[in-house]
Amino acid sequence: MTQYETVIGLEVHAQLNTESKLFCPCSTSFGQEPNTNVCEVCSGMPGVLPVLNRTAVEYAAKMAMAVDCVVNEHSVFARKNYFYPDLPKGYQISQYELPLAEHGHLDIEVKGETKRIGITRIHMEDDAGKSIHSASDNASYVDLNRTGTPLIEIVSEPDMRGPEEAVAYLRELHAILVNLGICDGNMEQGSFRCDANVSIRPFGQEEFGTRAELKNMNSFRNVQRALEYEIERQKDLVEDGDKVVQETRLYDADKNATFSMRGKEEAHDYRYFPDPDLIPIKLDPAWLEDWRKELPESPQARKQRFLDQYGLPEDDALILALDRALAQYYEAAVSAHNEPKMIANWMLSELLRELNQSGISVSECKLTPEALAELVRIIDEGLISGKIGKQIFPELFTQGGSAEAYVKDKGLVQISDTSALDAAVDEVLAENPDEVAAYKGGNKKVVGFFMGQIMKKTQGQANPKLVNEILAKKLNT
Amino acid sequence: MSDEKTTLGVEDAAAIAKLARLDLDQDVLARFAGQFNAILGYMDKLSELDTSGVEPMYSPSEHATVFREDRADNDRFSRDDVLSNAPESDGSFFIVPKIV
Repeated sequence: MTQYETVIGLEVHAQLNTESKLFCPCSTSFGQEPNTNVCEVCSGMPGVLPVLNRTAVEYAAKMAMAVDCVVNEHSVFARKNYFYPDLPKGYQISQYELPLAEHGHLDIEVKGETKRIGITRIHMEDDAGKSIHSASDNASYVDLNRTGTPLIEIVSEPDMRGPEEAVAYLRELHAILVNLGICDGNMEQGSFRCDANVSIRPFGQEEFGTRAELKNMNSFRNVQRALEYEIERQKDLVEDGDKVVQETRLYDADKNATFSMRGKEEAHDYRYFPDPDLIPIKLDPAWLEDWRKELPESPQARKQRFLDQYGLPEDDALILALDRALAQYYEAAVSAHNEPKMIANWMLSELLRELNQSGISVSECKLTPEALAELVRIIDEGLISGKIGKQIFPELFTQGGSAEAYVKDKGLVQISDTSALDAAVDEVLAENPDEVAAYKGGNKKVVGFFMGQIMKKTQGQANPKLVNEILAKKLNT
Repeated sequence: MSDEKTTLGVEDAAAIAKLARLDLDQDVLARFAGQFNAILGYMDKLSELDTSGVEPMYSPSEHATVFREDRADNDRFSRDDVLSNAPESDGSFFIVPKIV
């Protein structure tokens, strides 16, 4: 049977998180009342003039530099003409012949191997609006709030050979965008969208097979599943002697299948031409130099530094380094209490769990990095046990404030007073003569039972290390 | 630069009309095809010039790029203004014939 190779190229649209739109001062804020972020420019009134948002250009150029693109000092906006109700101008302002940046690349890691994926180009464009389709009254409702929001389109080379590589590339690209602080990366709200060009060819064949373009995949998991489905669909077609048709297909997550989007894009003729309302972008090399200096440490470089500097395991370093806010939190905590591994453990288990459950981001979290460091420190110092630390974590997380003040206030401070513990140990031993006899008879496991009883008596506040020492002393004499 | 002359037929004019959502009858399409060819003929005339070694010009303007600072200002237009030209609206949305 013929073995097939998959070829995937990706087009990513990322919304730049500027305050205002690409060509007008309307706000880009999400979730506003319909058609309230709209003006004469973004609603496509005749005779208006678009004026380019400088910050959008800066963000786009920074992304280009972060993936080693050549940023063109000279680039041109073009009109991409098509009719759709969410595109009031009748054309999208995009870049065609002379994009902002070209010839970049991104290194991804799949199954322990590094692979370089080419980035063909990055160009700027304005986003379309949104339509809601009503089933009942045979109408569509158009909201232009998103119309004119700045986007960059990042086009890869067809360098990926399977869904895993495609997802690894997307995750990496996503991390870089978010790390630069130029895109919020929210896939569900559409701030980070991806289209995939997929084809198969027999192994060893040079030329590409006919490709299908997949759209509507709004999570990394859906990208993976959509690609897997589409590859199988194409193999089945070819093996049955049919041909793959070049077309756009929509992924339906509920059915886990792709469906042909016939009709809409028939006659794919956008008749691009340079936009006469916008003169070419000329970038001052001095600006480019300034922007390059402002680039933050990349997620990959940070991961390497976390491995070297803090001796973290690979997986932990990756999670903490990929997200810039999480990494900043981590380093702030470590600088407050220099126990990098302990702090990593508390963040990866307790903190991430609480963040996930409450659905808030680390920057909104009330428990400051200093307070987390303090919690780890008072456990180190024996003021409270790790177990108490875990018990009080959710409350510290929701209310914030000092961990030390909290445990003192609640009377949770560990009993490290030997005389108090002595008494508790004596009581427990006196109450359980059978277990004491068992211990003396060689059953060392009953120590755990004694420990449990002592903890119960002290409401979990006994210092377990001290209890162990006292128990050993009393039982072995 | 190509030596071939570009000419458009009535079918090309019909395809362009379709992209522009114009419903034109055959006479008009034939007239437009003729006008297109007159324009293209003029372009072909320009193509006779040897422009090798000349940088393409995308805009006759020599100005430096004009930028806007990134500051939001939402108070220039009310929603009522924005919707006032719409053939149909419910006060929040533009309403159009169903598109899917």
